[in-house]
Amino acid sequence: MTDRRFFDEMTLEGGDPRHPYSGYADWFSGEDPKALLKKSAEAEAFFRRIGITFNVYGQKDAQERLIPFDIVPRIIAANEWRQLEKGIEQRVRALNAFLADIYNKQEILKAGRLPEHIIAQNEAFLPQMIGMMPPGGVYTHIVGTDLVRTGENEFYVLEDNARTPSGVSYMLENRETMLHMFPELFTQMKVRPVSSYPAELRRSLSECAPPNFDGVKPRVAVLTPGIHNSAYFEHSFLADQMGAELVEAGDLKVVDGKVQMRTTKGYKPIDVVYRRVDDAYLDPLTFNPESMLGVPGIMDVYRAGNITIANAPGTGIADDKALYSYMPDIVEFYTGEKAILQNVPTWRCSEAESLSYVLDHLSELVVKEVHGSGGYGMLVGPAASKKELATFREKLMAKPANYVAQPTLALSTVPIMTKKGLAPRHVDLRPFVLVSPNRVHITAGGLTRVALKEGSLVVNSSQGGGTKDTWVLGD
Amino acid sequence: MLGRTAGGLFWMFRYLERSENTARLLETGLRIALTGGQVNESEWESIATTAGVRSAYLEKFDTFDQANVTNYLLRDLDNPSSVLSCIEAARSNARMVRTALSSEVWEAVNEAWMTLKEELKRPVSVKNLAQVIRSIRQHSSLVRGALHGTMLRNDIFDFCRLGTFTERADNTARILDVKYYVLLPSAAYVGSSMDNMQWETILRSVSAFRSFRWLNEGDATPKSIADFLILDKRMPRSLAFCYAKIVGNLSFLGEGDTLPCVTLAEQINARLTGRNIDEIFDEGLHEFLKCAIGDTGRLAAQIQEDFRFYG
Repeated sequence: MTDRRFFDEMTLEGGDPRHPYSGYADWFSGEDPKALLKKSAEAEAFFRRIGITFNVYGQKDAQERLIPFDIVPRIIAANEWRQLEKGIEQRVRALNAFLADIYNKQEILKAGRLPEHIIAQNEAFLPQMIGMMPPGGVYTHIVGTDLVRTGENEFYVLEDNARTPSGVSYMLENRETMLHMFPELFTQMKVRPVSSYPAELRRSLSECAPPNFDGVKPRVAVLTPGIHNSAYFEHSFLADQMGAELVEAGDLKVVDGKVQMRTTKGYKPIDVVYRRVDDAYLDPLTFNPESMLGVPGIMDVYRAGNITIANAPGTGIADDKALYSYMPDIVEFYTGEKAILQNVPTWRCSEAESLSYVLDHLSELVVKEVHGSGGYGMLVGPAASKKELATFREKLMAKPANYVAQPTLALSTVPIMTKKGLAPRHVDLRPFVLVSPNRVHITAGGLTRVALKEGSLVVNSSQGGGTKDTWVLGD
Repeated sequence: MLGRTAGGLFWMFRYLERSENTARLLETGLRIALTGGQVNESEWESIATTAGVRSAYLEKFDTFDQANVTNYLLRDLDNPSSVLSCIEAARSNARMVRTALSSEVWEAVNEAWMTLKEELKRPVSVKNLAQVIRSIRQHSSLVRGALHGTMLRNDIFDFCRLGTFTERADNTARILDVKYYVLLPSAAYVGSSMDNMQWETILRSVSAFRSFRWLNEGDATPKSIADFLILDKRMPRSLAFCYAKIVGNLSFLGEGDTLPCVTLAEQINARLTGRNIDEIFDEGLHEFLKCAIGDTGRLAAQIQEDFRFYG
């Protein structure tokens, strides 16, 4: 049964469907639940056959796993989406303006709107990028803004993924799967398509061609760490869909002042590299002399205006969890407007007052590592045992600056298909944003992650989360 | 195309071909066992030798018995040429070059991997050996069919085919070399049942038993078998056939350049064209085959260098 402490996106209190779901609910009531369950199993077999898997580190037996897929779509109304779109665009523009500022004039620091230590003591800040203006002025070309919902009109930004957001291949493949399994639904309802994402990505990257590029069509390559990377499927998928080369660092070399790839007929230059490797593995000459990985000299080529690196090195400073708490100020500082999308209230444990509040209310809060990701190293107070709370308290006191805390949000629920019928589960949403010099493009949809375990608030795929197709309805 | 991609395609298809060849060798062994032939240890030993794993096998086992040889060739991951190792390697190469493959080819390889991994999880007994071999052969055919039916005829296709024929030429030469002595006119048991079984082994291990019988109307002489497997261009596993294909694929790939690998392939091919089997017997069959195996290895290395498979 739907738990009324949480906002359910499909069903109203009384049992009627919420407006975006009315068409779906009609259809669903005429379906046989057993047949739908069978379809779920078919979907899984389909994903395995296509090889839509992710690699889990440190689990030898289950090296390639599927992210479970649920067949009930997450549906967003046209007017809801318009509002989200506005908010996301504003936020992403502010992020890029912030990055340009922080690596150049640093006016936000001079204005006293952001304490210097947030930048100075941050590993994600790359001094090598100071004074660097990337092609077209774009720092973060591809952004995945994580949103959660708590009520009819309450959305919060949970995280700005500004370095290398992943998951877009699931958005695309989930839709393909749904089209394949339930074609009739798409004829009955106006669902906005997502399939143009790869073409938009290619266009967006091409518009950021390096200053010295004088050809007609820039050559784009996707740089992957290789087949053992957890997101390798996505890397090859995007390269394939964009018609771009999929390269590894070992394929690349700086020849005649350009980044070139080793082909069967010699070295050929590339103009734009969509890299899915971390900053530290880009260029051993610049970032990590110990590393054998990367393309020695690529940063020199970048500085000379002969290649575009997307996302730009050093963008991680913008999605840092310590910086996150300043985002409302950052949005206001650069856009002159109030932030449309809300931030989750955040206590910075580096501040003594906040720390003591957090320690007093540990069992109610979510505590996150400042530099962590993927749901690792996180404490969900209400779900933690006494022992877990005690252990975490010690970690927190030992290194308070390493943590931020937030209230436990009452995440909205969307039902999933279970053996006992529909059952509500908590969800979040990651829309995908593309930034080129003149344009911010947001695909109408995104990746809905769902915590499959009853009551769980952790949606990360590495922690037992699944995904849903996300439908944005047309007008 | 990236050099690494070319290398991935080449090896993907070498491994697929190898897994099929290994399965065929085992099928031959099984066939002889079932038809009541004298399968003794030396027959299983000769199968291990043909598969090129004799010395590695002996590091693990003392004797050549059916159960151990079968499992070593099918599913032992210590054996890089076992069917399971080959399928793993082929699929891992396919994942690496996935953007170069049609989705049909990728799905066929991925499905082969999923199915065979499951079927080879536990030791394979004589009871289910035939079924496993059939499954290997079927999956191999599916990949080949997808390749022919859905891939553009461009450099990607050429590298796939090069891998297939390089591996196949090597395989046929090895099978012949392990058994060359039974083909020599001086062999002691000419006409005996032992001898017939040896010939049959050779022909069956290259899937040529029926076609040979049909072409020769049952008249099997050592020379006619050698001629068939070395020089006959109608026979898709003969050295001449493989090399004609290799030269064809290479000349597309090397168009406009003079690549050492093209020159080398043409030289090897010339030695197989317009030849008479008598000349080869006069030269010495064993020497000829040794040379063919060496040539194929050198050619593979040259291809790898000319097309920049590695940095």
